Amino acid sequence: MRMGTQSRQYSFAASAIPLTLLAVFVVLSVSQPANALPAFARKYGLRCSACHESWPMLNYFGQKFKDNGYQLMNDRDAPIWQNASYWPITLRMTPFWSRESTSKAAVDTAPTGEQRMTTTGFNLSGLDILTGGTLEKNFSFLLVPSADEEGAFHFESVNVRFDNLFKSPWLNVKVGKFELDSFISEKRTLTLSESGGEFQLFHFIPVGDGNIFGQVGDNQIGAEWMGHSGNDRTRLSAAVFSSTDGNVDVPYGQNSYTGFFAGSQAFSTGKLGVQRIGGYAMYGVAPTTYLTSGGVPLPGSGIGNKSFSRVGFEGLFYLGPHLDFQVFTQHGEDSAWFGACYGEIMAGTCPDTNNNTTGILPAGARNPTWNGAFVETHYVYSPQLTIFQRSEWVRMSQQAFATNPSNLGDIDNYVVGYRYNPFMTSRAGFAFHNEYSWIRQRGTSPVTGTDLSSNSLLLGFDFDF
Amino acid sequence: MRITLHKSLLCTAAVVMVFPLASLAQQTKADFEARIGMESHIGHVTGHAKSAQYDYRRYCVGCHGDRGDGMGENFPWVDPKPRDFQLGIFKCRSTPTGTLPTDQDLSDTIGRGLDRSNMPPWNVFTDQQKADLVAWVKHFSPRFASEKPGTPIQIPAEPEVTADRIKAGREVFARVQCWKCHGVTGEANGPSASTLQDDLGRPIAAFNFTEGSRPKCGSSDQDLYRIFMTGLDGTPMPSFADNIKPDEAWDLVFYLRTLMSEPSKEKAIAKQLGLKPVDTNAPAQPSGQQ
Repeated sequence: MRMGTQSRQYSFAASAIPLTLLAVFVVLSVSQPANALPAFARKYGLRCSACHESWPMLNYFGQKFKDNGYQLMNDRDAPIWQNASYWPITLRMTPFWSRESTSKAAVDTAPTGEQRMTTTGFNLSGLDILTGGTLEKNFSFLLVPSADEEGAFHFESVNVRFDNLFKSPWLNVKVGKFELDSFISEKRTLTLSESGGEFQLFHFIPVGDGNIFGQVGDNQIGAEWMGHSGNDRTRLSAAVFSSTDGNVDVPYGQNSYTGFFAGSQAFSTGKLGVQRIGGYAMYGVAPTTYLTSGGVPLPGSGIGNKSFSRVGFEGLFYLGPHLDFQVFTQHGEDSAWFGACYGEIMAGTCPDTNNNTTGILPAGARNPTWNGAFVETHYVYSPQLTIFQRSEWVRMSQQAFATNPSNLGDIDNYVVGYRYNPFMTSRAGFAFHNEYSWIRQRGTSPVTGTDLSSNSLLLGFDFDF
Repeated sequence: MRITLHKSLLCTAAVVMVFPLASLAQQTKADFEARIGMESHIGHVTGHAKSAQYDYRRYCVGCHGDRGDGMGENFPWVDPKPRDFQLGIFKCRSTPTGTLPTDQDLSDTIGRGLDRSNMPPWNVFTDQQKADLVAWVKHFSPRFASEKPGTPIQIPAEPEVTADRIKAGREVFARVQCWKCHGVTGEANGPSASTLQDDLGRPIAAFNFTEGSRPKCGSSDQDLYRIFMTGLDGTPMPSFADNIKPDEAWDLVFYLRTLMSEPSKEKAIAKQLGLKPVDTNAPAQPSGQQ
């Protein structure tokens, strides 16, 4: 249930300051010495901070643990070593208060058809039920049923993995639905707000584009090989998956696949810490032509594959134990067919009529291309307190149609906030989270097609057990 | 009167807030502050205890505790129990029994981890991080302030494996009664195995050579040699430096390889020889006889 008010003349100070003070008071009053995916923390007796730079973002040790198939490699990984009552399950949810404001909402009574709309109120995040771990030494699984805030479930992750095949850390295979292998993980982002919770580049689709399949941030269904050096300094992976954007039952193409390749190298820089640089490439094809029945596209009938690609660099740089930067870049390109809004017509992203049955490309259509980057900074005062910011920019370099404004769809996104864990143990996770974010996309307001901006203020209690 | 009451309440609040902090500060000061300048020297890297506070809190404190006494929040739940750094007694050393380990020894333990315990291999740390943590570990124990580490034992060059050496190693295994704890087949089921306790009176298991685990203090031939020549201080595993000659120690290393589950040249030779487990009823032979 959502409780909220709408007001054009919102008094920010009147609502936010008392709430902030109350929250800070509550947090400080129970302050003790901080946390992680507690299912693993409970299993191994490590505090969350051992694996997480700031929960849920992984640090180097946590990345190595994950790359080893959720194993510490201390010969205590198999479940036979656990107390029989150990149950590897974690629940995560975030009750919060937020203020959401959008500059141009379509409103019937507004003179231009648009006006600013601001909503404040208490709310809930979705629920993640995370369960994962080893089935036997070098055999592990991850299962994450997730619900949106209204309780509608889907499977965010479901995979089994086989690690250290032939006793080699270079042979690890994963099959199922999984997060693509970027060491900068959106699933583990520190940001939670409506306008700043996502990495825009992980989901960017040009305005009017019909390609939902190239979203780096969506978990995909397929198989992945991953190899790494013993100390995880060098990591390589290659995945192949159905071009379905992670949807089950292969609802789109008959033979549409995407590949994702990633590699990175870490190196020590003495007192500064361990730096990691890498790159990724995603290349795939997805359908633009569907058989129809009664005019309705038939699931799984898609042919007429067209291509898309995403490539970029990523880096995680430390300037001592307290300060780090994540840098992510992307150059993206879609086939002109997608740019003309062919492709995803099953769920209504593009109109049903955009069914490529003639093979004739709409006049003037060309491949949309774009470039983007973000820099996320974390100042980790202590394992219990992290101050963060992210600045992200996406710029179209070629529109699908020359008649489009050159900056149509460009995005600017800025987030700043902090997470404070009032206590930290190896049993559960709890963080007070305060974040402000602002986003603007060019030319996408619903009525006038002018710039659209939104901002969010979030005060939440992020917990998992 | 109101003002006086107000002031009184403020003073009381101040005292209530300050006393626990002062008390905590005193404990820390009394126990450890004098040694906070502790350094470690590993290769060309100098570690500083002060610089490791952040990493210790992030990675180690859950088991080893704020005061390094092994009484972190996980103490009740983990087995073996976390090391009590305040005692200054360490299993994995290159130095003779009873002496302090070198800084390199402590760094190696951090990087290697301790198999079959909750201590994982922290080989993601930089050399500097490990050196700082070594200094931090040392600052918990007064021993490191008053004693120097022992001199690392000399490990002679590893000889060629031969059938005779393996047979000789078997005799050493019998003579120094390794089987009493480790069992005649190396399965940790010797007659004394169930009675073993560490120096703190906690039950402790002998190493099972047959289940594929890595020995806690390293798995190379040199590591095995070192383990029984230095002993594992704080455990029932003694040093055999006074009982085994260096050549015999290598023989024993080769024999132990035959007990391990991993394929090895020694194992192949033992199979060809049809080598049987030691006979615990056979009369003991003096050193040097086969």
